[in-house]
Amino acid sequence: MALRMWASSTANALKLSSAVSKTHLSPAAIFSLSRCFSSVLEGLKYAKSHEWVKHEGGVATIGITDHAQDHLGEVVFVDLPEPGGKVSQGGSFGAVESVKATSDINSPVSGEIVEVNKQLTETPGLVNSSPYENGWMIKVKPASPSELDNLLGPSEYAKFCEEEDAAH
Amino acid sequence: MATLFETRKLGLPLMNLIRLEGLPILKQLHLEEELFRTSKDNWCIINDGTDDPTIVMGISGKPAELLDIQPVLHDEIPVIRRFTGGGTVIVDPGTIFATFICNKEAVPGLQPYPRPIMSWSSLIYEQVFQGIGNFRLCENDYAFGDRKFGGNAQSITKRRWIHHTSFLWDYDARNMSYLRLPKRAPEYRMARDHMEFICRLKDYLPRSTFINKTVEALGTHFSLESVVYEADKDPSAIKFMPTTRQLTREELEEALSATDLENCSAQFASL
Repeated sequence: MALRMWASSTANALKLSSAVSKTHLSPAAIFSLSRCFSSVLEGLKYAKSHEWVKHEGGVATIGITDHAQDHLGEVVFVDLPEPGGKVSQGGSFGAVESVKATSDINSPVSGEIVEVNKQLTETPGLVNSSPYENGWMIKVKPASPSELDNLLGPSEYAKFCEEEDAAH
Repeated sequence: MATLFETRKLGLPLMNLIRLEGLPILKQLHLEEELFRTSKDNWCIINDGTDDPTIVMGISGKPAELLDIQPVLHDEIPVIRRFTGGGTVIVDPGTIFATFICNKEAVPGLQPYPRPIMSWSSLIYEQVFQGIGNFRLCENDYAFGDRKFGGNAQSITKRRWIHHTSFLWDYDARNMSYLRLPKRAPEYRMARDHMEFICRLKDYLPRSTFINKTVEALGTHFSLESVVYEADKDPSAIKFMPTTRQLTREELEEALSATDLENCSAQFASL
């Protein structure tokens, strides 16, 4: 009884989506996927603390996953650092506020912050509506790209989320 | 040693219990933030009342939106921004505080997200208020029916979470006038003003009974060990820098000026 009370209210089935095929899908189709499922994109790497990272052209773009934003609820505030600061793998770099709670965001890689998504100041809800695109949080120049090898691939992350939800 | 033996026998995780009375809310929040960020133990802090009326906003609180700044400045009411999320409260000797700080594994099967944590904490208070009032977790507030008597807030990290609550044992209606109706309010509030929305816990059970029953309920989930809090540490020994702080008079005046400017611009635009 007690477990039922505090288990996740939605049984999340996780679907893998190709980052490439996303462009062929209409926005409505992508959204209807997200309503029932947490999406996990190909081409990204994932941390067990539910952040994603896209490493492209020597820059790592970081945000939180669809699974995370779904569990957090409506994001009303995002606290991000200034460019020029340093982050370390697994360390906290900011926080999101949702449902009266602040939740730390942790960096999947170490490096120097080169850009911060200022749109999130005015529109924090982008984290919910577009966690992998317009809801990106920081861009980092990775100090050690081999750190990406420590992260989960899309299938591993999807499995991790399923197991985590099933255990609670 | 006997406590440790009993813990092993019962299989309940350990939780340190600090019972305070009248500790200033800023000191309480600093203590909580330090324990949350630096300790590896589970903690419960109960502060039976605080001292002077103080306004406490959540991490993203904007004074211009949440407060009637002019009387706040005139009456020199302190305004604090705390490290957890959530809304704005005004606390005083009639407020009772209960805080839980836990490691992720402390509650088996509990996912470290806002709603599951709140569901779990409401189980504790269901035990406290069994047979008293129509207690429920109402859109993240503790309420009797549709009248709120306890507001809570949380902070969650990779390994720990904190859930703290301010209970309206009693309140001075005049103090509520410092607070504006928030833009973001729960649906069940239905635009009611403070007096119609909140209720006093003292109308339901004695003060000491509430505190004792809270400790008792917690004791069914944790093995509690009382710890004495030593206030007024030697400043040179303090290593942790909390983010919770009191806003300066200048910051409040700046917020007031910005509001006045906005109002003037709006009036001018409407001409």
